[in-house]
Amino acid sequence: MDIDRLHKVDDFQWVLEPERAMRVPGVLYADEALLEGMDDRVLEQVANVAALPGIVKASYAMPDAHWGYGFPIGGVAAFDPDAGGVVSAGGVGFDISCGVRTLRTGVTEEDIRPHQKALADMLFHRIPAGLGSHGKIHLSPGQMDDMLAGGARWAVQEGYGEPEDLERIEEYGCMPGADPGQVSARAKERQKDEMGTLGSGNHYLEVQKVAAVYDPDTASAFGLREGDVVMTIHCGSRGLGHQIGTETLKSMARSAPGHGIELPDRELACAPLRSPEGQAYLGAMRAGINCALANREIITHLARQGFQDIFPEATLELLYDVSHNTCKEEEHRLDGETRRLFVHRKGATRAFGPGNPNLPRPLRPVGQPVLIGGTMGTASYILVGEEGNETRSFGSSCHGAGRRMSRNQAKKQWRGDQVVRELAHRGILIRSPSMRGVAEEAPGAYKAVEEVVEAAESAGLSRRVARVEPLVTIKG
Amino acid sequence: MAQSGWSHYEHQADVGIRAFGPTLEETLVQAALGLTAVITEPEAVVPQDPVPIEVSAPDPEFLLVEWLDALVYEMATRSMLFGAFEVSLTEEGLAATAWGEPVDRARHQPAVEVKGATLTDLRVARTEAGTWTAQCVVDV
Repeated sequence: MDIDRLHKVDDFQWVLEPERAMRVPGVLYADEALLEGMDDRVLEQVANVAALPGIVKASYAMPDAHWGYGFPIGGVAAFDPDAGGVVSAGGVGFDISCGVRTLRTGVTEEDIRPHQKALADMLFHRIPAGLGSHGKIHLSPGQMDDMLAGGARWAVQEGYGEPEDLERIEEYGCMPGADPGQVSARAKERQKDEMGTLGSGNHYLEVQKVAAVYDPDTASAFGLREGDVVMTIHCGSRGLGHQIGTETLKSMARSAPGHGIELPDRELACAPLRSPEGQAYLGAMRAGINCALANREIITHLARQGFQDIFPEATLELLYDVSHNTCKEEEHRLDGETRRLFVHRKGATRAFGPGNPNLPRPLRPVGQPVLIGGTMGTASYILVGEEGNETRSFGSSCHGAGRRMSRNQAKKQWRGDQVVRELAHRGILIRSPSMRGVAEEAPGAYKAVEEVVEAAESAGLSRRVARVEPLVTIKG
Repeated sequence: MAQSGWSHYEHQADVGIRAFGPTLEETLVQAALGLTAVITEPEAVVPQDPVPIEVSAPDPEFLLVEWLDALVYEMATRSMLFGAFEVSLTEEGLAATAWGEPVDRARHQPAVEVKGATLTDLRVARTEAGTWTAQCVVDV
């Protein structure tokens, strides 16, 4: 990226002053090295988002920003419906509410090691993963609509999950305002056998050890100690979300000119929040969020069963569940007044600081857990939303490192069985139905997550609490 | 040089598909092969079961996106992979047959699911020589 176009506020905050059609500045949170590694198209996309109607304050890029479609991945932008603000399908992404949840298991690395292989095999047996896998849950049309309206709350009512989990999920496990009637028959058809499936690509279920604690007080509030074992699940809204995304992207791209919106890039496809189209997408997208929340809850239920087959005493309490492809209506302070805004986070995690009233009571004094996925051979991070982050980025942070290498390059460079063997030597057991998939997801194909996490911390978005390292990885 | 073909090109997070051919129909066939190749080796798919597909679109670019999205949908809901295609243009868009077989995870080693076609880098054009090129990024 050409950083000469940016005004440096400090080492971790850079501003693109409004030019041409931009209504607000672009703000990039990253250090110089991360910025230089970013594609020029990230800056172009930040500027394009800043030109959309009704955007307030700034178009933000998180430290892990990379070239997306329409919005950059790692992009955050808030829109005011009173100022002609829009909702954008390209600003949410295809995998609606793709996200991460981490559970404390109550067992330690020492407990796991003698049973590691049995645990890996059991989880792989229990969790449907990869293309062509189907869940055991088949939804009737009525059940589908109940799931889309109820999210994780529906899953718990159906016996897939624990009521205590709900407090530890954004929106308490159920996104209000979902409208299953706005979800197309094709999207529902694509989902009916996919509940409780992990999917493929960069989605995974991991058993991890807490390898380092950076902030003992917050770690203690999160119930984490060095040597503890946690389980992390990364997946989204499966075929239903993808279908809503693809359908809406095309329809919004065609209809935007009719709303008087000039799109610098068709991928910015959007509609005014106060239009029938905008409302229809919000209803469908919120149903997609519920689908993702229900899906992660069901996978958690399956994983609990698998874990408890090996460790009957394991408790598996949910630490938190975050989503990183959403548009949510939130209250934010702006110019001395409280305004209701629609905050798009695409490949960005909500990261509210301490005291935020949206956090459940036990987490309010400390802030929101922020879960950052790494690779199956390196490490992931647990962070916490920083004090005052709401004023910096509408309370957002990064979501992962992003790829360093394309799938094609990775496939040429590594063989899946070699990756599995090498990681096994290092004490990490991989289970996957596809060795080509493992090669494409090889740890070396990803950027170092440390740099991104350090930049997020230095920029005052979120602070490191713990580093976790994989023991078992189930890949789709 | 071959008259028709497909290739993948680099995109940070996703995969770009590029196709060319003497006609738009053949170029769309090649793009479909490029789509299958994101998931598995197209020659590993036995083209035994036909699936009819019809899509409509206002222009060739949206036609490419609708075509790829229709294939993604059929693969997902039928749990199939496709290895051979026949495409004819119609007044509204295209009518096609995709031949394939049920996913065999051991044999196909499917690397990744395709979520859908994006509008990124979307281009369908006729060259000066009268042949066609098409490209599109798919989200995986």
